[in-house]
Amino acid sequence: MKASAFSYTRASSVVDALELLARHGDQAKVLSGGQSLMPALNLRLSAPELLVDIGAIAELRGVAVENGVLRIGALTRHVDVLRSAEIAKHAPLLTDAIAHVAHPAIRNRGTFGGSLAHADPASELPACVLALDAVLLVRSKNGERRIRAVEFFTGIYETLLSPEELLIAVEIPVAKPNAVHFFHEYSRRKGDYAIVGLAASAIRDGDVLENLRLGYFAVGDKPMLATASEHLTGRPVTASMLADAQTALDAELDPQEDQQASAGMRRYLARQLMARCVSTLLDRQDLATRALV
Amino acid sequence: MTDLVPISLTVNGERVSAQVLPRLNLADFLREQLGLTGTHVGCEHGVCGACTVRVNGDTVRACLLLAVQAENASVQTIEGLSDSGEVSDLQAAFRARNALQCGYCTPGMLMAAQDILIHEPQADREQIREHLSGNYCRCTGYHAIVDAVQATARARSEQTR
Repeated sequence: MKASAFSYTRASSVVDALELLARHGDQAKVLSGGQSLMPALNLRLSAPELLVDIGAIAELRGVAVENGVLRIGALTRHVDVLRSAEIAKHAPLLTDAIAHVAHPAIRNRGTFGGSLAHADPASELPACVLALDAVLLVRSKNGERRIRAVEFFTGIYETLLSPEELLIAVEIPVAKPNAVHFFHEYSRRKGDYAIVGLAASAIRDGDVLENLRLGYFAVGDKPMLATASEHLTGRPVTASMLADAQTALDAELDPQEDQQASAGMRRYLARQLMARCVSTLLDRQDLATRALV
Repeated sequence: MTDLVPISLTVNGERVSAQVLPRLNLADFLREQLGLTGTHVGCEHGVCGACTVRVNGDTVRACLLLAVQAENASVQTIEGLSDSGEVSDLQAAFRARNALQCGYCTPGMLMAAQDILIHEPQADREQIREHLSGNYCRCTGYHAIVDAVQATARARSEQTR
């Protein structure tokens, strides 16, 4: 299908974009890479009156490291994240995850901030920023605010962003020397949205995990930081600890059924991902088969 | 409010200026205003890859880009790659190995294949498959396409040796 008619304006700067958003409110939609917005327009799931194209705002692009914080500009493309040596060094979870985001031609246009602001519950990056305890920098004409990733996502395609606000950048604490991470998703075709996925980070001290953050996606209406992780930290993981954690995970999940999978299948895959994750993070092959519960 | 917007860009090396509606996507602009119908339109929501073109050197989905976003860009379509001879060996390999039947996916498939041949000339079958994973083909079952891309990769690396 073809998009319905809209007006178009190209913002020349962040100040200009915020002025436009303040003036037009929810009649306007921000266009960054367009790799989620354009399908929604073409399918007429979205019909804004005005597109504010922020694609030419150079100050929103780029990756920088300063004072122990990795800052990724909202307009940084997926392909740039994939190729960034700084991200590979300081947030290698993102480097692993981004290879699962769609296909090369999409990654050449799609942006890091666009994916977060779009907040598809089956997409990879929202779960990654939960796992990495990121902070999202958001600005409007009236000022700036910083929102923790764990609070940012509120529902299907819904975030704390108001129509007047623009996502500027994401700040991620740089990975500590003993940090470990895990990323895996199940999907029908490489590059498709996940049936269930898990982005995880932790601190590993010998055979013990600390600060384990399990960011699940495609298990509900928004990415979820599983509190079941508390069963897996502080002492060497045993099979019974893992079983307790899987039971706790099952209790906090509320997956939906769709054409890809039943709710029960999603629960099973989420438990399996937990076992794979812990087994990988600790190099413990004996834990990998604990999914079959 | 939804007035025509003037745009100016380069398409296959030629400067083009036009007036377009904001909602017009690049694929439709190329096909309908410039008559470059080699860029095919399949799903119109970024899933099938039939509309793959190059913008400023990167492969992109022409259905997921507005013509107005291509302001000042350099666009290359399958016509450009075909006329310049850039993909003539790849096209010959597609023919030789029956890597096309109906041909609908072929322009996009060639654009995506040429992209990996340029950036990862040593790619193995698995990498080729992954790189083409965003391009649907409903005829061939993909095997012959991967064969053709791999054969071209080998032939090109032997030429440069």
